[in-house]
Amino acid sequence: MQVHRTASHERSRLSEAAEPKEERVTATGRIEIDFERCKACELCVPACPKDCIVMGAAINRAGYPSAVFERPADCTGCAICAETCPDACIQVWR
Amino acid sequence: MSIEGKTEFTKPVYTRPRSLVDVKTHFCPGCHHGTIHKIVAECIDRYGVRENSIGVACVGCAVFLYDYIDVDVVEAPHGRAPAVATGVKRAQPDKFVFTYQGDGDLAAIGTSEVIHAANRGENLTVVFVNNTTYGMTGGQMAPTTLLGQKTSTTPYGRDFRSDGYPIKMAELLAGLDGTAYSARVAVSTPAQIRKAKAAVRKAFEMQINGMGFSIVEFLSTCPTNWGMKPLDAQGRVLGEMSEYFPLGVYKERKQADFA
Amino acid sequence: MSSLAAEASKKILLKGNEAICLGAIAAGCRHYYGYPITPQNDIPEYMAAHLPALGGTFLQAESEVATINMILGTSASGKRVMTSSSGPGISLMQEGLSYMAGSELPAVIVNISRSGPGLGGIAPSQGDYFQAVKGGGHGGYRLIVLAPHSVQEMYTLTMLAFDLADRYRTPAMILGDAIVGQMKEPFEATPYDSATTAEKPWALTGCAGRERLHVKSLHLKDNAIEVHNWKLHGKFERIRKTETRAESFLLDGAKIAVVAFGTAARVSKTAIQWARKEGIPVGMLRPITLFPFPEREVFDLAKTVDVVLVIEMNTGQMVEDVRQSTPLHDRIAFLGKPCAMPTPEEILDRIRALAGRKG
Repeated sequence: MQVHRTASHERSRLSEAAEPKEERVTATGRIEIDFERCKACELCVPACPKDCIVMGAAINRAGYPSAVFERPADCTGCAICAETCPDACIQVWR
Repeated sequence: MSIEGKTEFTKPVYTRPRSLVDVKTHFCPGCHHGTIHKIVAECIDRYGVRENSIGVACVGCAVFLYDYIDVDVVEAPHGRAPAVATGVKRAQPDKFVFTYQGDGDLAAIGTSEVIHAANRGENLTVVFVNNTTYGMTGGQMAPTTLLGQKTSTTPYGRDFRSDGYPIKMAELLAGLDGTAYSARVAVSTPAQIRKAKAAVRKAFEMQINGMGFSIVEFLSTCPTNWGMKPLDAQGRVLGEMSEYFPLGVYKERKQADFA
Repeated sequence: MSSLAAEASKKILLKGNEAICLGAIAAGCRHYYGYPITPQNDIPEYMAAHLPALGGTFLQAESEVATINMILGTSASGKRVMTSSSGPGISLMQEGLSYMAGSELPAVIVNISRSGPGLGGIAPSQGDYFQAVKGGGHGGYRLIVLAPHSVQEMYTLTMLAFDLADRYRTPAMILGDAIVGQMKEPFEATPYDSATTAEKPWALTGCAGRERLHVKSLHLKDNAIEVHNWKLHGKFERIRKTETRAESFLLDGAKIAVVAFGTAARVSKTAIQWARKEGIPVGMLRPITLFPFPEREVFDLAKTVDVVLVIEMNTGQMVEDVRQSTPLHDRIAFLGKPCAMPTPEEILDRIRALAGRKG
């Protein structure tokens, strides 16, 4: 189990690093997800109209696999994710 | 995760409300209490009443209001928050007074207190969270439990022949002359969240303008006790819960009786 | 307030229940919540007539349950507040009283008690002694309990109850009955002289210029509730040490000592004076505070007399505290009159019998 988690965590970091270059210019906002506060309820994932958020693999101190801002290039800064998050984990800037 | 260095986005669009204490809540993943707390905190900020507010916490999952909302808070016995709030408001009519109550608290043990506070037209605001179950005690039948819903005390589903019917508090309280504002909202979609905020703002304005008793009933999830994933729980709110408990504004007074 | 005080500055004929209202108003109480029940209705009726003119609040609640929680809310706001009721209504308030004791909130609760259990009757009774002095509600706490035996004391002890409640941040109870509540006698509105400061830094007044405050009784973290219980216990021990009050009545040379409170003590005074005229060495220790109970006084007294005669308008409640106060149990006698006032003749007969004399 521990091995699997580590492997997923590595994959997640790799996917961040492999972000396509041309998508960056379309972003009109950005968000930050509080990794330690997230309880992995997943409500923000379908709430995002641009599918920018996915559930990550890295496990936080409370044992939850926090949501991840996976596709920042598509973010419009609409704040729907932040409005939806029951734990006020998400902050948004434009 | 961040895209710093790529584009500068420095204008805050959504930050944590000032009145929401910067701590992790005890609520289960996907529980709407957190969302409702945020809305209450945002409205406290919007009207600048934080330093002038006294909240009344109830018994159940909602009791920790005092840990999460950055205002003075008094804890009421189970169901008695509207009576405690009456005592606070009568002693300090210039203060902003609100209760935050669950459905077991408000619609079962505290039915008498909320009905009479409303009927007296007490100038205070009630935030009522209806998740069709007793959350903190482990998912027993609430007065709002839907027919057929299985809970730990209705293991074969709620049957009206033995357990009666789910009680519709927003409609019931709207029927009282002392009630200035009564609405039922949900927070399962972004649009619903916007409407819910508008309802809480209206309820706050009723009190600020001395119009009398205001209540906003929230349809909320309880994923843990419903045995559902948070997204499925939201689906239940949008489906069978909203069907039985229709969303809407049931009472909106235009002018105070005594104006 | 000032005009009321002036109005009452000379001796007038006043009902006990009304004296409570005058005492409360003199002590600065401007908030009253209540629910009708016999035999205390003079109190809400007086407050309804007089508090609004004083800028105060009178509210007739939907129940005693709601009443005590309104009291809780106004007390948490830092204001002096009072309610009154009788046996069955006080039972309904016990939940709120436990929360108030746990939350350390002061208030004055008046119990013009009636006979029970259940709906019982409206006859005078002291059957609420246990309920009053042993806590009454859940969880382990005490109320400060004062037992007036005259109209004048209904007034002075109400003022004292407000002071003690504020000083110790805990509810205080006036325990009376239909006799002291309904009787009229000459009364003088003595000035209110308080040693208790009105400062209540714990009161919930909005968090302007300070951190937010909480008034609560829930303690979940680690051993917080144990710490809280010991803190409350320490407070009740301080009350025991410093606030015990009792009246000694004709105890010089007494061989028979009556122990009685309230109306029973009032009647006993007559019987004791008659007995003294017959040459019987009898006196009385009258507990004014029922909690704290005058344990030391009873302990000392029991050593010097042949008989301690406990007289109560019930089947024996305070007598348990008398027994707990002295190891000399064989000296304790009891005269009980549940649900009625004992007559002076009945008491005199018992005193004569204990003195070995025939009437």
